[in-house]
Amino acid sequence: MASKSVAKKLKRKTSRGPSANGAQAAPAKWVGQPIRRKEENRLVSGRGIFVDDEKMPGMLHIKFVRSSYPHAKIARLDVSQAEKFPGVVCTLTGAEIKKQVQPFIEIGPGGAQKIADYPMAVGKVVFQGEPVAAVVAETRLAAEDAAELVEVDYEPLQPVVTAENALKDESLLHPAMGTNRNWHGVFTYGDVEKAMKQAAHAVHIGRLHFHRFSSTPLECNVIIATWDPRSGDIEYHCNNTFPSFASQFLSPALGVRIDQIHMKSFDIGGGFGIKITSYPYMAVCALASRKARGRAVKWVETRIEHMQASAHGNERTFLDTRVALDKNGVVLAIDSKHVDDCGAFPRYEPLGCVIWAQVLPATYRVKNIRIDMHQVVTNKCPVGPNRGYSRMQHLWFMERILDICGQTLGIPADEMRLRNYIRKNEMPYKTPNGCVYDSGDYANMLSTAKKLIGWDDWKKKQAAARKEGRWIGLGIGSTLDSGTNNFGQARIINPDAPFSGQSKVGIVKLDIYGEVVVSMGSVPQGQGHETTAAQVVADALSITPDLVNVRPGFDTAHNAYTGHTGTYASQFAVTGLTAIHGAAMKLRKELSRLAAWKLQAKEKDLEFGVGAQGPEVRVSGTQKSINYWALANLVNVNNAGMPESLWDITLNCRHVFHANFQIPDVKRKYGNLTLTYAAQIHTAVVEVDRETFQPKILAYACVDDCGKAVNPRIVEGQVHGAAAHGIGAALLEDCAYDSDGNLLTATFSDYTPITAVNMPELLYAHTESPSPFTLNGAKGMGEGGAAPVHTICSALQDALYPTGVIIDDSHNTGDSLFRAVQKAETGGYAGMVQVEHRRPSR
Amino acid sequence: MNMSDVKKVLVRVRVNGEAREAEVEPRTLLVEFLREHLNLTGTHVGCDTTYCGACTVTLNGRTVKSCTLFAPMANGAEITTVEGLSKNGKLHPIQEAFAACHGLQCGYCTPGLLLSTLQLLKTNPKPSTEQMRKGIAGNTCRCTGYQNIFKSIRAAAAEMEKR
Repeated sequence: MASKSVAKKLKRKTSRGPSANGAQAAPAKWVGQPIRRKEENRLVSGRGIFVDDEKMPGMLHIKFVRSSYPHAKIARLDVSQAEKFPGVVCTLTGAEIKKQVQPFIEIGPGGAQKIADYPMAVGKVVFQGEPVAAVVAETRLAAEDAAELVEVDYEPLQPVVTAENALKDESLLHPAMGTNRNWHGVFTYGDVEKAMKQAAHAVHIGRLHFHRFSSTPLECNVIIATWDPRSGDIEYHCNNTFPSFASQFLSPALGVRIDQIHMKSFDIGGGFGIKITSYPYMAVCALASRKARGRAVKWVETRIEHMQASAHGNERTFLDTRVALDKNGVVLAIDSKHVDDCGAFPRYEPLGCVIWAQVLPATYRVKNIRIDMHQVVTNKCPVGPNRGYSRMQHLWFMERILDICGQTLGIPADEMRLRNYIRKNEMPYKTPNGCVYDSGDYANMLSTAKKLIGWDDWKKKQAAARKEGRWIGLGIGSTLDSGTNNFGQARIINPDAPFSGQSKVGIVKLDIYGEVVVSMGSVPQGQGHETTAAQVVADALSITPDLVNVRPGFDTAHNAYTGHTGTYASQFAVTGLTAIHGAAMKLRKELSRLAAWKLQAKEKDLEFGVGAQGPEVRVSGTQKSINYWALANLVNVNNAGMPESLWDITLNCRHVFHANFQIPDVKRKYGNLTLTYAAQIHTAVVEVDRETFQPKILAYACVDDCGKAVNPRIVEGQVHGAAAHGIGAALLEDCAYDSDGNLLTATFSDYTPITAVNMPELLYAHTESPSPFTLNGAKGMGEGGAAPVHTICSALQDALYPTGVIIDDSHNTGDSLFRAVQKAETGGYAGMVQVEHRRPSR
Repeated sequence: MNMSDVKKVLVRVRVNGEAREAEVEPRTLLVEFLREHLNLTGTHVGCDTTYCGACTVTLNGRTVKSCTLFAPMANGAEITTVEGLSKNGKLHPIQEAFAACHGLQCGYCTPGLLLSTLQLLKTNPKPSTEQMRKGIAGNTCRCTGYQNIFKSIRAAAAEMEKR
């Protein structure tokens, strides 16, 4: 399915801004260098500016009163005692808010449109921790004390905790929807039944489960809202990481224009997607400010609030999976039913019901796939797009299939993958659902990852250890990090969804004294955007990164936004940097025209560089030059005598990134959903202790390929971080609910985010398959695809092979492995995997 | 109870070599005292339950989690926060090592990690990787996967040994 024609059609994907003689940039000098980040010095000095570090004049504090029940009717709510408490300015209740706002937009079609998602509970609560009232006071302590005085009587309703129970519709979260299933669609490609008939082996796999976890940024949500009664404008200092999404939800809900919502961030203490859905709290804080006559209101989320009621990653259950394989173990077809659990309100969902399809066949050549996709609401915390969003669940499912089928057919994990991987010479590769994998060499990455970890040596050690009765396993995880998404895929969810494509803004200007200033249309949370932006601009203007002043953080006042603006979906290296590059090239062209006039030269004879008086433009082979100060002066404060032909020059250049995306074919669920496909292949050696059943990583290796790395130091750091999230998720971190819907891991001491003590040494290698579709051949890569979750499950399966355990859950601890081995000993896995070997029919 | 009825107590400390004081409610946590009353916002709060160590400071020569002490318990103490690490505008070798080795991403946990590292290297100038793991066991970093933090600690140790 590889073809030159695909490449040809998709070439020159992205808009790059103008270039011209004299205005053309020299070859990359800074892009590709592992330079020290611009962000480091302020952050190691305690000079970062996080939202909670900010104080506004007359600022008030808000405290939420939250439901202790996961599903209950609010029988009585009394705030009168709280209102009398000294220092309290006002309170808010769900019933009061209902009169002032419209429910938030729902993305899903049909019944999902009937969900009434208000920023606080109205009449009933649907998850533990859902806010039912809020107290606003002069100090945080007064707000907290007064919140204790709010009286709420609940009438408990039957909680819906698991996805399978949700599908039974015995207890409904949102009665108006008439069901708990908020989305359903069948994704069918190729001819699954025909492939099943032709298969040499048919494997049936029982229930698999991908657990709920969150990358839990260390800084919780923080919001300062000021709704000015004079202008009607709302100002937010907050750490929401997708401000354009938030403002498009807030504007209709609060009845304000988009331009009246002013959002600002400076430093953000991690996000990983979890902070995208903070907009309900942003609405309440604004309403509180309005009720307090325009005084600023600050909300600092506590960790327990964050764990119970911000966002978790999507949980997914995979049922009745059928796999068809040929005699060599090549997967011919997959048929499965997937039930995604989005918690109590969809919010960003049901987008996750299509986003996985960006990686439909994973890294494999399988052509016939049928996924019956469901999403349900349950009485748990709403989900948000957590790092690896929706793709990691599907990639884990695909990797489990490879391992389970491989083990069943007696084919080693590495061999199984080599037989099924998409080949390098098939790139760009069109998937059965019309996505285009831009580049990659998975076989080479696997070989590198095996070498890095010493695979063959470990195989020998494993054989020896098995003789001693030890449980040591080797695992492989192959994963994709699809980046720069086409929002047109939302049409597959809801044909009426009015969005598509992808856009990002960059602004590069010369300020009055000739300073180069960049405003980014991104919301960085540690990814080093200031640094990579400076690298790109330095190359575009032939200067050095230290001469490029990048405004930290995001501010709608810079006007560097579109409706897609935010930091999500592994894309800044492509979208944000291409926009900034385009803006810098526009500026270069303007400087070139100005300098040609002032120096009485031809543009083609001009050179850009840094002279004795700073950045300048000079006439090559002469002493004639003009520096940026003088050029900026000509436009900003000294423009008499300038010819009219130059009056269009602003030295304030804005560029919008575009990709050549089309709206997908909604009926066939077919189209290109993403621009780039970074890949990671990991290998691991894991031992399960025979006494404690505690899993321990003995060795770990990561190989990544994100095309051309703009800053290899930042890329390696992102790989490390994503690996830690994956290892933490696989072995430690679980948003565990009991059968009554109580969150059991609501503090860090219970949730146990991975620490230095649990974190193994990571062996690392970078391979490079430049993307043919992007500026510089870069690919977005921040999410990482949760490779360790796949890899560790693969290794555990291998380690426990002698016991008959099938690893069917993404979360594995000493306790759960003990139970798994017990289950295996009592024949509990019989029937979990059924194989039918047959002579293929022709 | 009236807010004005809450008896405030005077807390006097030396922070980063400077005498500072404020009257606070006795239930005020040390981290709130530093951040809200002394405006030293480099020290952060991440978990509220003594797990993450974003609030780590040095108190009378020992690292403490400032979310787990009441401000009055620090009365008369000598405290170092991240703001006190650099001298005369020059980064401390530990700060320099973290910056040079990309030992941070979002930087939220970094102040606490710098102070834990300071304590670690004071008691053990050449820690092994296992000793490093234990030395920063009380500091959670969600961005770096700790790899570059180990690298930073090694670089800082090497630099401090030279001095």
